[in-house]
Amino acid sequence: MTLTKQDIGRLLAKQGILIAFAVFMIGFALANQRFIAIDNIAGVIRSSAILGVMALGVTFVVIGGNLDLSVGSMMSFSTIVVLDLHDKIGPTLAIPAMFGLTLLLGAFIGFLVGYLKLNSLIVTLGMLSAIHGLTLTWSGGKNMDIADKSGTWFSFFGQDRIFGIPMPILIFALLAVLLSLLLARTPFGRKVYAVGGNGQAATFSGIPRARIVFFTYLISAFCVAMAGLLQASRSLGSQNTVGQGMELEVLAAVILGGASLLGGAGTVFKTVVGVLILGFIQNGLLLVGLDFYVQYIVTWAIIILAVWLDVAAKRGRLWSPIA
Amino acid sequence: MTDPTPVLRLEGIVKSFPGVRALDGVSFDVRPGEVHALMGENGAGKSTLMKVLGGIHAPNEGKIFIAEEPVVMTSPMQAKAKGVVFIHQELSLADELTVAENIFLGELPLKSFGRVDWAKLYARTDAILKKLNVRFTAKTRVGDLSIANQQMVEIGRALTVSPRAVIFDEPTASLTDAEKVVLFDVIADLQSQGVGIVYISHRMEEVFKITDRISVLRDGQYRGTLITADTDEDEVTKLMIGRSLDLSRNESHHEMGDVALEVRGLSCGTLFQDVDFAVRKGEVLGFYGLVGAGRTEIAETIFGLRNPTAGQIYLNGREVRIHSPIDAVRMGISLVPEDRKGQGLVLSMNCRDNMTLPQVDDMTAGPFVSDGAEIAIFDQYRDKLDIRTPGWRQLVGNLSGGNQQKIVIGKWLSMRPDVLIVDEPTRGIDVGSKSEIHSLIRDLAAQGFAVIVISSEMPEVLHVSDRIVAMYSGKVMREFTSEEVTEDNLIQAISGITEKVA
Repeated sequence: MTLTKQDIGRLLAKQGILIAFAVFMIGFALANQRFIAIDNIAGVIRSSAILGVMALGVTFVVIGGNLDLSVGSMMSFSTIVVLDLHDKIGPTLAIPAMFGLTLLLGAFIGFLVGYLKLNSLIVTLGMLSAIHGLTLTWSGGKNMDIADKSGTWFSFFGQDRIFGIPMPILIFALLAVLLSLLLARTPFGRKVYAVGGNGQAATFSGIPRARIVFFTYLISAFCVAMAGLLQASRSLGSQNTVGQGMELEVLAAVILGGASLLGGAGTVFKTVVGVLILGFIQNGLLLVGLDFYVQYIVTWAIIILAVWLDVAAKRGRLWSPIA
Repeated sequence: MTDPTPVLRLEGIVKSFPGVRALDGVSFDVRPGEVHALMGENGAGKSTLMKVLGGIHAPNEGKIFIAEEPVVMTSPMQAKAKGVVFIHQELSLADELTVAENIFLGELPLKSFGRVDWAKLYARTDAILKKLNVRFTAKTRVGDLSIANQQMVEIGRALTVSPRAVIFDEPTASLTDAEKVVLFDVIADLQSQGVGIVYISHRMEEVFKITDRISVLRDGQYRGTLITADTDEDEVTKLMIGRSLDLSRNESHHEMGDVALEVRGLSCGTLFQDVDFAVRKGEVLGFYGLVGAGRTEIAETIFGLRNPTAGQIYLNGREVRIHSPIDAVRMGISLVPEDRKGQGLVLSMNCRDNMTLPQVDDMTAGPFVSDGAEIAIFDQYRDKLDIRTPGWRQLVGNLSGGNQQKIVIGKWLSMRPDVLIVDEPTRGIDVGSKSEIHSLIRDLAAQGFAVIVISSEMPEVLHVSDRIVAMYSGKVMREFTSEEVTEDNLIQAISGITEKVA
């Protein structure tokens, strides 16, 4: 059997991400032995956890056929709010209050996109800016710090370990399993795929499209709140811009995992893979001695590559004269 | 009779798609100054043939000749350069541009530095518009024109070159009678200039009025060419469907039950007005009419996708209000929609998930969807409807049209509805599957379902229905029992000729 040019094109289109990832990994490992050390790998997973938790939620939104670009600034909001409330009403009340407020933001986006049927790109891009403004208003533009950093149990979520496993990894894993079951095994999950795969057919099948979209944004907001909790708990103090730019990284991870930007395809497990790929690539870039700033450019390149391959996989070849 | 050099000739064209031989040795020719009708049922291969001619599909075998010179078509642009132009049924105009810009789109006359030569553009457009004898000017915005005038712009596009052959694909589908006359004048004019015309249409009266010869396709095969003057509708029909139009149908020997669905005075804005009908359990009620007569809109209203502006819907004798498909499904109304891929199926999902989609909430064990229950439903309806698929994991996008349609029908049958509405059940489906779906519809009625069938194909409506409602422009013109109906009175009713019989 010989590979024709077409076969290679199809293979690249279908498995391109994994191939590219393998090439990267081998390259990094050759360039720096530390890259494949156990503690480095654990470190990568740990530092990917916050991004990962956010990506889990966005997976639902994307499979449902929409985008969520507001998660970065929403995460800043959650972090600032929970840190501020920690000193004002105590951690026991601050955490549920922060979750409530973040879910409210998610519900608002879900209402605009689901029920009013506004374009999700515009809505969430607008919310990115609006929520940033909300965060600055809340904090008065100042950094937020917990007064008594050593005297609070609040650091539990971000800094403690259970059976030697860091809490952020544990929470990421637990949430991934739960959300994976929700998406893959429940009627709700099935409807998310239907709404994203063909919204009109879903309507014609008696599925409440608006409500499903609404819930995908609630799930996304819940994950953002969780990420904000991890972030705040890890650092016990934060700038207003802590989540800035994460929306793109999250989106990159989700698409990298193979969720289609057109909706209807993807899984939670694949998103986890996407998160890890992104984490390892960023880590590898640092280890080979490249500047921290380079990862912004690389993230962009990864998004473009992933989107291109997604489209290419649909039409069965890398390039086509007609869209 | 002399046989001048044909302007366009096809010889032994074969085009296969995976699993289908869409064209199987088709030959025909068009002579200068001739109007040559190309007829055939939906799916007979007319549009595939036109795509081959326009270079969109490359034929597997066969040759195309223009004025007896062999050519290979690679794109519609290239076909046009060679003098073969297409007037499509669906308009492809840019609303925001002017008539002149649309007509010369892609070939605007230019001055130096790529600037548009407006004076030349308008002058040339005016010359074309004059030929077409229309009242609008070159600078009119296309979006402001009526559909008929937009069609004229589309025809105008064909005239930017001096064409040898012009292919009209169902050009009268959206025209009024007066507008048709103008179109026929344009065709006659082209004819007198020695242009060969291919005229694709389902409408017998038009074909007999303006064409010289008629070629017929059936199931992708060339079935013969008739001289229009020497033939009649019956002979053409025989060639098209392979038998005389069979008005008889499988007589239903089953009992009919009570009225399942009744509609009184139902209106929805300008879409349809004052519609009355009833369908009984065990009965197939056919809706026949032209595109735009309001049939699909009635179905969508009953299914809760549109809000009626007046009238009542009774289900099993009780008045109901249906605000959404969710209501409709709960009340036992199912709709197999017209657009199978757009509205019926999620192509990226597998067969089983598509089939169980409307009832996935009820198929749970604990919080999770029960695989077993779903597979049981799928297996049951796969066997019942004879759906041919390698297994439930197959994506529906990979099935043939007929099997896709059966998945949609299975999806709604498994809901055990009281009323099943089927909109264009066999559109784009091959002939074998067509008759299977027809007998399936009869079977369903025999099992006591109340079935409404909406169709634009007369043989289909005649074949499956116990009664037929004829619609014209949003109104019920007449209701026929299967004894009363004839092809003639049905055609009259849907053309708005008969008044409603009280």
